[in-house]
Amino acid sequence: MSTKPKLYYFDGRGKMESIRWLLAAAGVEFEEEFLETRDQYEKLLQGGSLLFQQVPMVEIDGMKMVQTRAILSYIAAKYNLYGKDLKERALIDMYVGGTDDLMGFILMFPFLSAEDKEKQRALIIQKATSRYFPVYEQVLKDHGQDFLVGNNFSWADVHLLEAILMVEEKKSDVLSGFPQLQAFKARISSIPAIKKFLEPGSQRKPVPDDKYVETVRRVLCMYYDVKAN
Amino acid sequence: MSGKPRLHYFNGRGRMEPIRWLLAAAGVEFEESYLEKKEDLTKLQKVPMVEIDGMKLVQTRAIANYIATKYNLYGKDMKERALIDMYVEGLFDLNELLMKYGYLPADKKEEHFANMMDKAENRYFPVFEKVLKDHGKDFLVGNQLSRADVQLLEIILMAEECKPDTLAKFPLLQSFKARISNIPPIKKFLQPGSQRKPLIREEEVPKVIKIFY
Repeated sequence: MSTKPKLYYFDGRGKMESIRWLLAAAGVEFEEEFLETRDQYEKLLQGGSLLFQQVPMVEIDGMKMVQTRAILSYIAAKYNLYGKDLKERALIDMYVGGTDDLMGFILMFPFLSAEDKEKQRALIIQKATSRYFPVYEQVLKDHGQDFLVGNNFSWADVHLLEAILMVEEKKSDVLSGFPQLQAFKARISSIPAIKKFLEPGSQRKPVPDDKYVETVRRVLCMYYDVKAN
Repeated sequence: MSGKPRLHYFNGRGRMEPIRWLLAAAGVEFEESYLEKKEDLTKLQKVPMVEIDGMKLVQTRAIANYIATKYNLYGKDMKERALIDMYVEGLFDLNELLMKYGYLPADKKEEHFANMMDKAENRYFPVFEKVLKDHGKDFLVGNQLSRADVQLLEIILMAEECKPDTLAKFPLLQSFKARISNIPPIKKFLQPGSQRKPLIREEEVPKVIKIFY
């Protein structure tokens, strides 16, 4: 019997990607079951595996966990990526909340119409460069340490790196005004577990394409038009 | 200098209300500064914001997590915390739907109402009814009061404001509601004169939209 965590989701990024990143950063091997058909999804539903009828779902330590944030918090705490005390935890929660908001703008991007995609790309870049990146740039500048919180590698660092790379996929030079973040990106990317995750052949998922969108729509019967937020 | 937490938000429920509930349930007195206009918001950068223990915390979850941990409303170990987080995140999703309703234009309200009550009664309430049925205890997790109980009560009351008989099919949630409402600090919070905020009135909506957008 495998004791590796098992991830249930589509074969693509979506809301599961942050969980893949965190497990990888913690050096934890995991298995994946990809939802391809509506039948698979209905089987999971009928089996009572999905508490609120939704994925992501992760089988871990005898639990069938749902809700992305709950899963991430559990993994972070278990693998010592959640700070050393309540105050560090609060900082990590704040920083992760910010990068979560930023990645939220990118989450539904693949589902938008071509016209809305253009507008959304501009919005993502604007939010990243005027609201979010400046905050993390300042944090790193103020304490001059390698990691965002407590001079120790944490969930906040992993999440920020993930967000940076996702925004760079929309505009490759988006970090040009942010020297601290550029150095941060290089530094965190070369941590062995992360470096491995960034190499081809890892369980990191590629930029979502039409096939991914089709799969999600089919499995969830999600045929309505998705509007940008 | 007051040692009490100070909440920065507009004078209404929105995303700050779960924080007010949590502090009230913990028996913690708090002060509030209300945003009146857009300029107040840009000064603060982001709300909800809570000044507590020398920090200026933003991000609703960060604030709620901190308060829940500090005041022992977050379970006794990682597994209880995991359950609480799952329940709370689900309730957070339902809260977003309920919260949005008051701000929608008249022509969008009916469809949204149907969707949100469908989710409440077919996706969320059945889960909590079953949790209570399965373990037969008074509280959702670990046989003691946690933020999950507080949040569930808050959501039940909000749903009832929209549809008074929403709990008709959920006897255990009905007794849960009565039980949790009777806990002294919560009972106090439910009385007139507390810092609990009322449902937003239609005439206030334009003002709030102006502050945030």
